[in-house]
Amino acid sequence: MKVNSDFFPLTQMAQRFVDQLAQCRRLGLTVLEASEHHVLIELPYSTELIGYPDTGVIHGGVITTLMDTACGSAVVSAIFHKFKLLEISPTLDLRVDYMKPAQPHKPVFGFAECYKLSSNIAFTRAIAYQDSIDDPIAHAVGSFMRISPEMVGDAFRQALMGEAVSEIGDTDERK
Amino acid sequence: MSANNSELGTASPTQHAQVKAPIDVQGIVKRATELNDFGHLLEHVPYAKFIGMKVERFGDELIFKLPAKDDNIGNPVLPAIHGGVIAGFMEMSAIVQLMVFMQTAKVPKVVDFSIDYLRAGLHKDSFAECRITRQGRRVANVNIDCWQTNRKQLIATARAHFLID
Repeated sequence: MKVNSDFFPLTQMAQRFVDQLAQCRRLGLTVLEASEHHVLIELPYSTELIGYPDTGVIHGGVITTLMDTACGSAVVSAIFHKFKLLEISPTLDLRVDYMKPAQPHKPVFGFAECYKLSSNIAFTRAIAYQDSIDDPIAHAVGSFMRISPEMVGDAFRQALMGEAVSEIGDTDERK
Repeated sequence: MSANNSELGTASPTQHAQVKAPIDVQGIVKRATELNDFGHLLEHVPYAKFIGMKVERFGDELIFKLPAKDDNIGNPVLPAIHGGVIAGFMEMSAIVQLMVFMQTAKVPKVVDFSIDYLRAGLHKDSFAECRITRQGRRVANVNIDCWQTNRKQLIATARAHFLID
């Protein structure tokens, strides 16, 4: 899918954010669109993600990961647009309602909005769908804690801004 | 990609065959109970392998374990486990808990899942236990707690509804 970057100027930044998360690289998440209002992410189907072996339907946890990532990216994008700052906000809570199972062998799209940014909390909602956004698989609401931009770290900031930097997270910092 | 990947890769042809065949959930649960090996249940679910979760029974209790795994990282700065992986782990724990203790005929289907993150899930082993709050004829309500080094310092707590039949 081709995206007009004039329409959605934050797409590349959001993709770089998602690529910093090892689990999201493993799932193969692609940011199709990102703006100050929304983020649209594609999750490809994989047999590794099956949660219901008799039908081949992917696990609810994968949808939750998609929703969490989409909402989190929407917060990063909204804050970046409003304050020209990078903040990574941890999830406070997330509720996902599953309306129907995702059809196997088809990608799932996650559309998230950050509908309110207060001084401490970012409020988000998201929809997961396949064929049409009017026929959703799941609906999610999540709130995120805003933390100081100093907490982001130089390596992460550079990675998000697209400056040359070695991938963080691949270096073993386990304690 | 990690070493786990090749392990998953070799297992996938059989998994693919399973996709078509109906699964005897009660038979599998019965066998796992006889063998006292509930890891056997998780082997049928590709996603459980994907995140690398395990389960062990202590008397009447099931304790679920999510060993530290590089692929499960979200925030690379801390580093911390991706919130979605913690949610997936807890959801799968609740499903297994229902299958074992309620002897459901099918894999329970998640209706809603609500999680509160209390602390960052650091890059180390995580554990979960479930409590079936109520089981009706069609719907069950389950509470799930998740912790790392100290059982009293939860990293997340969740509640979920599942359709059973």
